[in-house]
Amino acid sequence: MSSVAETTQQMPIAINLSWCKACGICYALCPVKVLGPDELGKVTVIQANKCTHCKICENHCPDYAISVVGGKKS
Amino acid sequence: MFAEIEQYFRTERLPHIWCPGCTNGIIVKSIVEAIQKAGLDQDKTVIVSGIGCSSRATGYLNFNTLHTTHGRALAFASGVKLANPELNVFVITGDGDCTSIGGNHFIHSARRNMDLNVILFNNNIYGMTGGQYSPMSPSGAKATTAPYGNIERPFDICNLAIAAGATYVARGNSFNTRQLTDIIYNGIANKGFSFVEAIASCPVYYGRKNKLGNAADMLKWQRDNCITKEAADRLPLEKKQGKVVTGILHHEPAPEYTTEYQKIIDKFQGGEES
Repeated sequence: MSSVAETTQQMPIAINLSWCKACGICYALCPVKVLGPDELGKVTVIQANKCTHCKICENHCPDYAISVVGGKKS
Repeated sequence: MFAEIEQYFRTERLPHIWCPGCTNGIIVKSIVEAIQKAGLDQDKTVIVSGIGCSSRATGYLNFNTLHTTHGRALAFASGVKLANPELNVFVITGDGDCTSIGGNHFIHSARRNMDLNVILFNNNIYGMTGGQYSPMSPSGAKATTAPYGNIERPFDICNLAIAAGATYVARGNSFNTRQLTDIIYNGIANKGFSFVEAIASCPVYYGRKNKLGNAADMLKWQRDNCITKEAADRLPLEKKQGKVVTGILHHEPAPEYTTEYQKIIDKFQGGEES
């Protein structure tokens, strides 16, 4: 379980699941498929290491549920 | 990051009421980013809205906000601006609110050229009341009140604003957020009536009735069907068919109403500063 905790700490994307409405915009637009749906259709990070910090998900999340951590300031 | 703009939101009211996939949230974020970029004082900024999905935005924004009657946001905003011209006044309105019941207020506000920043969220339908067609639903589009397709022709609201005398007219969409923020920011800099049409998508009513796919598909439609004015000017006419032109469509400064009004006051008060 410790490895899970470590991955969470290194996550390039912070998600506020309580604000996510499962619209699917973020994982449909993500160019490198970092994001995907969980069993409820809400956003979850599936391939954290591929994130390029392009912030398409953050900019197009209508519910302000996604924050990309690190990367260049837009 | 949301933390950078969090101070402009009433976060205890979030998540907002808009449906999953409604892009109103994206447009509100662009407005807030433009206000932040312009460095406006939160206590000297007023956001006025009418009635409709888009007009719920004032409830989530941490400024002086005013949620008014249907179509009359511009009338209230004109009053606020005239009573205290040093305030920065924004109007958030929808396509039904602004072009239908508020159509008369709209053309006369544009004609007067009061320093207001109007952002119209165009989702092509009356979403809140159950998907009736609006004056900006395209011809042939289906809606609850147009089950066989809309036989009316829609307004081109930007052309209407230009004809009515607005000094700054621009159009953006919720896919190109950077452009939308920039055109709202330029509208703030314009001293006069600044009008921005922001194309929103309503996947729940407009999208479902017209089989346009899910929320992401509707955003991709905006990406693929909007072209900037700079690109449109270079394209031949046949390639522009069916495309929506975005960017700054019109900018022609003219004397601003509250400035002119102050001149009258000064004249009859013997030129004293008030």
